[in-house]
Amino acid sequence: MREVAAQFEKPVLLFSGGKDSITLVRLAQKAFWPAKIPFPLMHIDTGHNFPETIEFRDKLVEELGVELIVRNVQDSIDEGKVVEETGKYASRNMLQTTTLLDAIEEFKFDACIGGARRDEEKARAKERIFSVRDDFGQWDEKNQRPELFDMLNGEIEIGQNVRVFPISNWTELDVWSYIQKENIEIPSIYFAHKRNTFLRDGLIWSAEDDVVFRADDEQVEERMVRFRTVGDMSCTAAVESHADTIDKVVAEIRNSRISERGARIDDKRSEAAMEKRKQQGYF
Amino acid sequence: MEVLKIATAGSVDDGKSTLIGRLLYDTKSMTDDKLEAIERTSKQKGYDYLDFSLATDGLVAEREQGITIDVAHIYFSTPSKSYIIADTPGHVEYTRNMVTGASTSQASIILIDARKGVIEQTHRHFFINNLLRVKDVIVAINKMDLVDFSEETYNNIKADFEELMKKRDYQDQNITFIPVSALKGDNVVNRSKEMPWYKGQTLLEHLEELDQKDIYNTGTPRFPVQYVIRPKTDDFHDFRGFAGKVYGGELNVGDEVVVLPSMTRSKIKDIYFYNKHYKTAPRRSSVTITLEDEVNVSRGDMLVKADDLPTIDKQLTATISWMDSASFTPGGKYTLQHGVNKVLAKVDAIEHKIHPDYSGIEENVTSLQMNDIAKVRLRLNKPIFYDRFKDHRTNGSFIIIDSRTNTTAGVGFIE
Repeated sequence: MREVAAQFEKPVLLFSGGKDSITLVRLAQKAFWPAKIPFPLMHIDTGHNFPETIEFRDKLVEELGVELIVRNVQDSIDEGKVVEETGKYASRNMLQTTTLLDAIEEFKFDACIGGARRDEEKARAKERIFSVRDDFGQWDEKNQRPELFDMLNGEIEIGQNVRVFPISNWTELDVWSYIQKENIEIPSIYFAHKRNTFLRDGLIWSAEDDVVFRADDEQVEERMVRFRTVGDMSCTAAVESHADTIDKVVAEIRNSRISERGARIDDKRSEAAMEKRKQQGYF
Repeated sequence: MEVLKIATAGSVDDGKSTLIGRLLYDTKSMTDDKLEAIERTSKQKGYDYLDFSLATDGLVAEREQGITIDVAHIYFSTPSKSYIIADTPGHVEYTRNMVTGASTSQASIILIDARKGVIEQTHRHFFINNLLRVKDVIVAINKMDLVDFSEETYNNIKADFEELMKKRDYQDQNITFIPVSALKGDNVVNRSKEMPWYKGQTLLEHLEELDQKDIYNTGTPRFPVQYVIRPKTDDFHDFRGFAGKVYGGELNVGDEVVVLPSMTRSKIKDIYFYNKHYKTAPRRSSVTITLEDEVNVSRGDMLVKADDLPTIDKQLTATISWMDSASFTPGGKYTLQHGVNKVLAKVDAIEHKIHPDYSGIEENVTSLQMNDIAKVRLRLNKPIFYDRFKDHRTNGSFIIIDSRTNTTAGVGFIE
């Protein structure tokens, strides 16, 4: 974080309201204390967020006294830059990329800090901590800069930007253990609660809103669930759980036989779904 | 929990990715959904076994060609330890990624195909491990199933490797030989029934017992200043903190320090980690330090203990590993990044190049190409405060940035 603040003119922290970006915020607080975090937060809002997350986001920003920039995927749709997907598996997740790249250009951000972890997905396992993107926001996975020891090279040309992943080497369990140790507040949807849900392809989906398209033959049932990852509602499934405290969540993750991304339908589209999205500028 | 960082090295098709997959599978670190994906894809490809390399080769081009192109970081844990494995490519053209992987690892696994034995690539892998002073090296002689689990083959390869060891510079290295079959799972996590003649530990047993030497625990404390913190708020109006990471030993409140390059002396007044005060900043900790006197300190300066100064010089000799497609030439100008400090550097001379098979040196070399390793003399526009690599891992290394393309073009180890 300190390297980003020192090496770049206009950095920003990409904040989704999820546990990884909340962890990033705490790390930033630590890095610059007693000064304020010297860069704004930016949320690329798909418009399909869990309401609990948005509520949480606004409260956190107020406490921190930092600037929050919100850019909406809906605006990109209205401007005709992207076309909303249709059908049973429609998701706005892909569309985020365009909104993100537009925002980077609008604000001339030269570094975007993100909470991606190498253990999430095998294409992410290839990421550098400082990852250069070209004018088009694209990732050239075959021509990455070597990263040696602790030395981070943030030299870029105008138009390029760097995606920065400070918690690259953390695992999902590391993040949860850190939240537990630091006693960090997180949105309530991470804890077990009763929710109206339905089953599809072996995954549990929220039926409490109209974001996820539900066919008539898909039965709504109340289940005790929590979310392991908080992405766009249209592609984030819940897991059955009784973990209603952070200690129980940590214990559950420790014993889990399913990876975190197992509940993300966007990664199941193909073997290379994440890599393709990243080449196009996905964070 | 302890974290052990390991780099793997081996030639193409020596089975590095398979070995890592096997480690994950046999330690039950692979989640069900990932395992299902591997089963599905292995079946689609018509294999009659599980292709574990699918778990680590994350890029389309890698899966197409069945090779590893770039470093992947793989995580797994046992009840006693967490592991991070840098799965580094074996191709000659990806030497740079191997150096990258080894630069942050405490231990290294060199794979040898039992059918092929010690080859030129093995020389290279061992040389890089030696150059980077990786303390624990495990030589995994793989594909033992394809040589009928022969003890004689194993012994011959071991003897060949021991020949190599005579050429090394860095003597203080622990080398362990283990015969394995990553595909069949022999001696990786589970003991092999096929090789009763092998009495040593399995790979995992060995890793579990490795003494966690802190690779950064060399030399005395060096504190490069990353960022100056000046809140200018009502509560902290006069606060001037120097944020950075402690490399080498530790720093304590009350220590007399010298600020480089100005050589101003002061004492450590306070050590902060977030909003708490501490008496000591241990090695590898990221802290904020305040000093007793109003001294001028900026990013790139370094705090060191008054009784232990590094070398301050504008000229240096170093071994460099060149990583760029553009060649490295005397007269060429580069940016040298040493810690967080950046200076301009000019190549004075290439003293000699190391032979690709590390059998000797080549003199009168006029330029270096990608993956060459050579001893060079550099001249800088400003002095840096360095130690020799053998005395201080972080303060004795630097990267070279090509000022035209901004790419990280090389890494150097100061002599």
